Amino acid sequence: MSDQFVLETRGLVKEFKGFVAVDDVNLKVQRGHIHALIGPNGAGKTTVFNLLTKFLQPTHGKILFNGKDITALKSAAIARKGVVRSFQISAVFPHMTALENIRVALQSFQGNSFQFWKSGASLNKLNERCMELLDAVGLTEFANTTTVELAYGRKRALELATTLAMEPELLLLDEPTQGMGREDVDRVVHLVRKAAEGRTVLMVEHNLSVVSTLCDRITVLAQGAVLTEGGYQEVSEDPRVREVYMGSAKTTQEAVE
Amino acid sequence: MGNPVDPGDIQKSMIKDEKADKRRKNILNLVLLALLLVAPAVIYPVFLMKILCFALFAVAFNLLLGFTGLLSFGHAAFLAAGGYTTGYLLSTYSGLTTEMGIIAGTLAATVLGALFAVVAIRRQGIYFAMITLALAQLVYFGFVQAPFTGGEDGMHGVPRGHLFGIIDLENNLAMYYFVLAVFLGGYLLVQRVVGSPYGQVLKAIKQNEPRAVSLGYNVNQYKVLAFVMSAGLAGLAGSVKTVVFQLASLNDAHWHMSGEVILMTLLGGTGTLLGPVFGATFVVNLEYQLSQGPLGDWVDPILGGIFVLTVIAFQSGIVGEVQKFVKKNLG
Ligand SMILES: Nc1ncnc2c1ncn2[C@@H]1O[C@H](COP(=O)(O)OP(=O)(O)OP(=O)(O)O)[C@@H](O)[C@H]1O
Ligand SMILES: [Mg+2]
Repeated sequence: MSDQFVLETRGLVKEFKGFVAVDDVNLKVQRGHIHALIGPNGAGKTTVFNLLTKFLQPTHGKILFNGKDITALKSAAIARKGVVRSFQISAVFPHMTALENIRVALQSFQGNSFQFWKSGASLNKLNERCMELLDAVGLTEFANTTTVELAYGRKRALELATTLAMEPELLLLDEPTQGMGREDVDRVVHLVRKAAEGRTVLMVEHNLSVVSTLCDRITVLAQGAVLTEGGYQEVSEDPRVREVYMGSAKTTQEAVE
Repeated sequence: MGNPVDPGDIQKSMIKDEKADKRRKNILNLVLLALLLVAPAVIYPVFLMKILCFALFAVAFNLLLGFTGLLSFGHAAFLAAGGYTTGYLLSTYSGLTTEMGIIAGTLAATVLGALFAVVAIRRQGIYFAMITLALAQLVYFGFVQAPFTGGEDGMHGVPRGHLFGIIDLENNLAMYYFVLAVFLGGYLLVQRVVGSPYGQVLKAIKQNEPRAVSLGYNVNQYKVLAFVMSAGLAGLAGSVKTVVFQLASLNDAHWHMSGEVILMTLLGGTGTLLGPVFGATFVVNLEYQLSQGPLGDWVDPILGGIFVLTVIAFQSGIVGEVQKFVKKNLG
């Protein structure tokens, strides 16, 4: 058993009508690490996440989770196995309260989700755990608020809490700090660090200061292929990395910050 | 992390809010029920039964559109499948009690619903609507050709028979209270489903399907179940309607009927259980009023116009707007 690596991809390829969005990616994510996946816009980072969670079918290649081939599994089954993702665009259930958002995640493991004859009150036993999770991300007082009414940063915090409710072994975060002000970014950094205790995190992140404070290892993707991999120091000094980043205004600016 | 608020209090206040909301709804429901109980004293029972049948049809449809987020453009097929099956059985087997005929019609629509669902469920949005429409057209032509439907002439003289073999349904009042009981049963079932743990998952799927998938839900299975239940209840509405009017015709299977139930539901509002009931009442009434007057030939364009206006002016339908108004002013 490959105890050391939680996740491994072998020769992962995704083509869209002849355009290669993910090009022979061999990724190894070590257990307990916070592993960053970075690269300029359009490098294929989100596509890699979509492949890992089977929101897209790989054209070629294999995905191994804890040494087992999960390439053939469906999205829902992968989530149940413990690989849970968040989305680049905040993914919440907008017309449910914050508490209900989290409860949907908890309910996933209750085995009552097809019980259409039962009263909804049977879900109230999950409320306590929901409140714990809300508390952990500082949303206690918003438990009853309909999610559309939450500020953007709070929505993302709720999304993280919902993801954590699944108790994932491997957490996939797609740009958790995107579009946030400095204060919210600091909060998210804190939350991710806390969430990473006892689990493994693979995160896409444009903000390099976040990457440098949080991440143990970094993989750089460019035009679908792995450009290089290593620690922050090593990667940030790599001239090839600097070069690909020149192509993208957004990230260059952030890299300078 | 600092939290000035006690989580226990929040949970309690939530439960209290829910209770107040529930009480308000219960009062409204009881008033409506009382009205329905005395209505046949003032209004012609057959007309009331027509409303109730269409109301049940729209409630069934809204389980899919309003609570699952799926737009079916083929629900006429289920209404007709229920109606024809019940009509055929009650006409052919004189020993059959009425409720057996209705149960059989409901089952037929349920099975048909399962077939539709398996074919259509992987499609999203407009493609889903188009596939259900195409399948319903197939069913329509099936009914045109089938020997037992009477083709263009329809199926006439279906006996109402005896409920449980005892209660004579030729009596319009007896028939009315039976239809009312069926309607209430269907309505309460949908209410239960929507409020159940399963209903919570449907809500999640409607609001953000990829997120529901990423939380481990096999969304297609949930959608199939909702579709099948919706089809079954639509079939129940069709079966009962056939017993009431003692006929089944191609009108029920025509795509106009699929459009009409969409219209009823959107007019009343998809967000609530009561919305489609009001929508159906409104449309059936309007059609009746218009058909009595000089505007008889203009029913469809007038309905269409009202529909467009409603959708533009009140996006959440009649009941939805009233609900908003009540929330704002009675808070
Ligand atoms: N479903 C799709 N069909 C066709 N092309 C796609 C699809 N999804 C992504 N692509 C293309 O694949 C490439 C990689 O996209 P992807 O979203 O993975 O980039 P990214 O690294 O996440 O970028 P960003 O930093 O902007 O989020 C882009 O050129 C994109 O246009
Ligand atoms: Mg992306």
